[in-house]
Amino acid sequence: MKKKSGKHVLIYCLLIILAILIIVPVGWVFMASLKQNHEFYETPWKLPSGFYVQNFIDAWGSAHMGQYMLNSVIVTAVAIVLLLMLALPASYCLSRFQFKMKKVIQILFMAGLFINVNYIVVPIFLMFVDGEKWLKSMGLEPLFLNNIFILALVYASTALPFTIYLLSGYFVTIPKTYEEAAYIDGSSYFRTMVEVIFPMARPSIITVILFNFLSFWNEYIIAITLLTDPDGSKTLPVGLMNLMKAQNASAQYGRMYAGLVLVMLPTLVLYILVQKKLTQGMMLGGLKG
Amino acid sequence: MKKSSKSIFLFLCIAPSFLLFLVFMIIPTFNIFRMSLYKWGGYSPDKTFVGLDNFIKLSKDMKFFQSFENTIFLIVAVSLVTFTMALVFAAILTRENLIGQNFFRVVFYIPNILSIVIISAIFSAILDSKNGLLNSILNIFRDKNAEPIYWLGDQKIVIYSIAMAMIWQAVGYYMVMYMASMASVPESVYESASLEGAGKIHQFFHLTIPLIWTNIRTTLTFFIISNINLSFTIVKAMTGGGPDGSTEVFLSYMYKQAYTNSSYGYGMAIGVVVFLFSFALSGIVSLVTKREPIEL
Repeated sequence: MKKKSGKHVLIYCLLIILAILIIVPVGWVFMASLKQNHEFYETPWKLPSGFYVQNFIDAWGSAHMGQYMLNSVIVTAVAIVLLLMLALPASYCLSRFQFKMKKVIQILFMAGLFINVNYIVVPIFLMFVDGEKWLKSMGLEPLFLNNIFILALVYASTALPFTIYLLSGYFVTIPKTYEEAAYIDGSSYFRTMVEVIFPMARPSIITVILFNFLSFWNEYIIAITLLTDPDGSKTLPVGLMNLMKAQNASAQYGRMYAGLVLVMLPTLVLYILVQKKLTQGMMLGGLKG
Repeated sequence: MKKSSKSIFLFLCIAPSFLLFLVFMIIPTFNIFRMSLYKWGGYSPDKTFVGLDNFIKLSKDMKFFQSFENTIFLIVAVSLVTFTMALVFAAILTRENLIGQNFFRVVFYIPNILSIVIISAIFSAILDSKNGLLNSILNIFRDKNAEPIYWLGDQKIVIYSIAMAMIWQAVGYYMVMYMASMASVPESVYESASLEGAGKIHQFFHLTIPLIWTNIRTTLTFFIISNINLSFTIVKAMTGGGPDGSTEVFLSYMYKQAYTNSSYGYGMAIGVVVFLFSFALSGIVSLVTKREPIEL
């Protein structure tokens, strides 16, 4: 018994050390967001001398984080809605019906799982540059770059393979009898899909929303590439990157950490609320690099 | 129901997704390969077909080799440390009866939900040479007048700092993956092993690891692919490849050439090499780790 408790002490030590290594840096950002600028020249471990909320007001207003946050909310929401509108019918049909070309389409979507957006972000950008040139030659306004709705469209499109993979996996498990009953009642294909099948897929839909909320909200490589105008609209991570670069020049640490808190808080709150669901979903999906 | 109504329904359901997937994923991927054969630089609209010239130029580019070296180092070092830590902590959290198990699982996964921008900001704060958290702890043990350690400024050290951030981000994710497959190993297997007198450590190496081997193999491929990507996103946000190229990795170099420098053709040639490299490496790892699955 004595030996066993000794081993347990060691295990707890390991666990607590790793927990500290994660909690302390994250907690420190929250603490730093309340510090006044001169406090950053003292030891970093000192607690803030008061609640210097001005950092958040500055970040929200003069550093435009409020505007960026609104952009991020719009991009994330539009991308998720689009993604569901596209992926739900497609994965339902691909997992339920037999038709010509089905195998080819399935294989292509599977191959899409291995294409990472970091590789193709520059070709996508160049495609938009060509598109803008074409619009200009037609005498139209530029549309593709610096447009948060186009950004949302790219997010939704590049998330399709994984989402279809996940949803199809669920649709094949629903027994066919549900639809057959609906067809006998004279329900159309479309109505059956929307009114009978989609409500049953709710757990998978929630998993899809959770995953993609996190990845769209946090994404910055595509955003930084497609939102090229320095004074144009930006998402929160892109705005934060700019603030981080400016931080060294003007030494305004406080508002930068306040900005970090603004980006981090929604994901942390969501995570604490749904952590069980999220880690379960991860085991289900498995393949998210 | 009529046959044509079914065809229309199927078309309307699948065509939008497939079209967008084609435009934003398949065509760009195809374009990487096509554009790598062209010389297309700056803002001039003309592309000239140059065959494999970009690749020949690449084979003499010392900066590319430096990014190659850095990427390989990060893949190997980060994968090894993350793999070991994730496996050990997963085994501890599934096999031991502990207070606060759930708390630890929740905390360890937190870095995975944070944006890479946040992670790089956190690590910039930790690793700052003057007022960083790490140096302020180390200074307790070091000579007061000693030169501070430049975690992000010293060309020899900075790559380890990047590795640190990557490991910090990834451990929780893989731990949860391993926990999932360890939980599916039936308790009776461990009971009979205990009866035969096998200790916990012996069980870990001779039962747990062989039984979740399929899952381990899958994650090894993830490690390669995700480390290539993660090293890019972290480097881009934290050091931008500097100082003087000492943290440049595959994709950050590609991005720099193709986007910042506008040498599109050359950048895409790097993309092709990285693409083929990651597939080849994943294939080799998957072959080398092939074992007969163990039946219970």
